[in-house]
Amino acid sequence: MTSADGIGQQVFTFDDYGALLDLVHNSLIVGAALGLVGGLAGVFVILRDLPFAVHGISELSFAGASAALLFGMNVVAGSVIGSLVAAGVIGVLGAKARHRNSVIGILMPFGLGLGVLFLALYKGRAANKFGLLTGQIVAVDAPQTAVLLSMSAVVLVALVVMWRPLVFASTDPEVARTRGVPVRGLSLAFMLVLGLSIALSVQVVGALLVLTLVVTPAAAAARVTASPVLLPVLSVVLAVVSMEGGILLALGSDIPISPYVTTLSFTLYGICAAIGAVRRRNWGRTAARTDAGSADTAREVTAAAS
Amino acid sequence: MPEQADERGTAARGASSAVEPVIRAEKAALAYGARTVWQDLELEVGAGEFLAVLGPNGSGKTSFMKALLGRVPLSSGRLSVLGRPPGRAGRRLGYIPQQSTLAGQAALRARDLVRLGIDGHRFGLGLPNRSAGRRVDEILAAVGAAEYADVPLDLLSGGEQQRVRVGQALAADPRLLLCDEPLLSLDLRHQRAVTELVDSRRRSHGTAVVFVTHEINPVLGMADRVLYLARGRHRVGTPDEVLTSQSLSELYGTQVDVLRVRGRVVVVGAPDEPSEPHRPAPQPHAAHPGARGEQRSTRRGTPRGKQGART
Ligand SMILES: Nc1ncnc2c1ncn2[C@@H]1O[C@H](COP(=O)(O)OP(=O)(O)OP(=O)(O)O)[C@@H](O)[C@H]1O
Ligand SMILES: [Mg+2]
Repeated sequence: MTSADGIGQQVFTFDDYGALLDLVHNSLIVGAALGLVGGLAGVFVILRDLPFAVHGISELSFAGASAALLFGMNVVAGSVIGSLVAAGVIGVLGAKARHRNSVIGILMPFGLGLGVLFLALYKGRAANKFGLLTGQIVAVDAPQTAVLLSMSAVVLVALVVMWRPLVFASTDPEVARTRGVPVRGLSLAFMLVLGLSIALSVQVVGALLVLTLVVTPAAAAARVTASPVLLPVLSVVLAVVSMEGGILLALGSDIPISPYVTTLSFTLYGICAAIGAVRRRNWGRTAARTDAGSADTAREVTAAAS
Repeated sequence: MPEQADERGTAARGASSAVEPVIRAEKAALAYGARTVWQDLELEVGAGEFLAVLGPNGSGKTSFMKALLGRVPLSSGRLSVLGRPPGRAGRRLGYIPQQSTLAGQAALRARDLVRLGIDGHRFGLGLPNRSAGRRVDEILAAVGAAEYADVPLDLLSGGEQQRVRVGQALAADPRLLLCDEPLLSLDLRHQRAVTELVDSRRRSHGTAVVFVTHEINPVLGMADRVLYLARGRHRVGTPDEVLTSQSLSELYGTQVDVLRVRGRVVVVGAPDEPSEPHRPAPQPHAAHPGARGEQRSTRRGTPRGKQGART
């Protein structure tokens, strides 16, 4: 198999693709922004155990987008509205983890059903319909690029501002509350930011495969590192590589972009999981050794117990 | 004024307690629906004071903590924490929750949890910096967690996590330290390490301590006062006042005997008395006679006590 870069080289030397270059250019820029946003938001999706919510929100984002398509409105706007509504509902009704999954489970098929209804009524180009679900690379034109980039910027700024207290609230909510962290407010704020990032991702990878951008890279990174600095950095790198690699690979064929992105990101996850399995054993061993080695009393108790 | 004073440890103790006690409860009562957990609670805890909270399961110890944190409202009476209503007492609170409430997926290391205790509430990215890093190292060393500072929390044992938790609570530079059964799942050596750490902290910095425990002996030499909760009632006083046969018999409404053996307290006959259930008998500790807090010295109460404590 040729590497993503190799394909990239081919793309830029092929005369046939000359007309596409401008389009690719936009897609690559948007792809990088998506990788950045998805990789960072993904860190909290993992910390807060929200993958199912991501899936639920993306289906409502799809419903919003297809409604916009049907009524001749801006598809990105429709997608954003659908996303934010879903994220808000999940954030408010599903504040408790226990309730959250059922709220999502109820919301998701409803959203998907609405989306299918709108698309069935839509009489326009079939490619538009399919693209919403499975991703489309050619859809990104210049004005859209500007819109998607500014949305990415909003997400990015919001995440940077709330990063540290959000880590606290996500991992250790009881103590965080004691220390004056607005746990509830942050939780809602993050859901909205997540909704926005999902709406963004839907534009490129499609509603069905958003998880590949918002969950897989962060989950992969979490397999190899627990460092609060390395984790987001690695997550972003993996997301950007999957995204850009996927775009470059997809250019050479008629197949939608998403299988390329998902395959890349899944492969990267596999590699990280393998590395992590080895590292974890090491981490575990270190902890066990020091405990047994240092505590006299502990040894005594252990001896007495066995 | 007290903010300033408390930075300077012991000297501050007199000053701030003269101004305002760290905790003041007046006729405080707490109820969930129709069920009163405790009532008529009159209490003042000053800076540097160590209050041990005892009582059987379900007697409202954790609820007392939650009331102090402003997490549950009183049903009547007044409560103030650091001179303010609970929940608005500011950041200088250290809290060790009863059970580990860490998210299951927590991709955090021990050192990160402690770091969050220092400045996790501040907005922004919170990039690593050297002085905070040093502080974290000191704290981890003090709680004996330095060896696994870089191990992800989900790989640590319950006791190891607990020590990191204590470190995190101290990192907040607290004026009030709320510990909800911090000794749970610690081995004896680390029980002593933790209690001594908490004790030295309150002596050096004048931090008031509320320490919920099922087992009084590990903190017997440290507790200035005891709040003993049972059956919707309570006793407050010095350990010598509260831990007597007469006082506990009145509290439980049945004959309870309090024995003092080699500087340790043994409560016999309390219905559903505070003891650690389902723990193997402590034979190995006989090797350390006289060492405070190493032996489990209460025993299970009579079976009928179960309903008693739940009113
Ligand atoms: N949110 C709540 N709503 C209703 N009842 C509650 C609530 N929280 C606690 N209770 C009840 O109040 C009583 C006191 O609970 P609490 O957790 O304070 O007990 P505890 O003394 O900490 O017990 P343990 O030793 O088991 O930790 C219990 O009977 C419990 O069932
Ligand atoms: Mg409790």
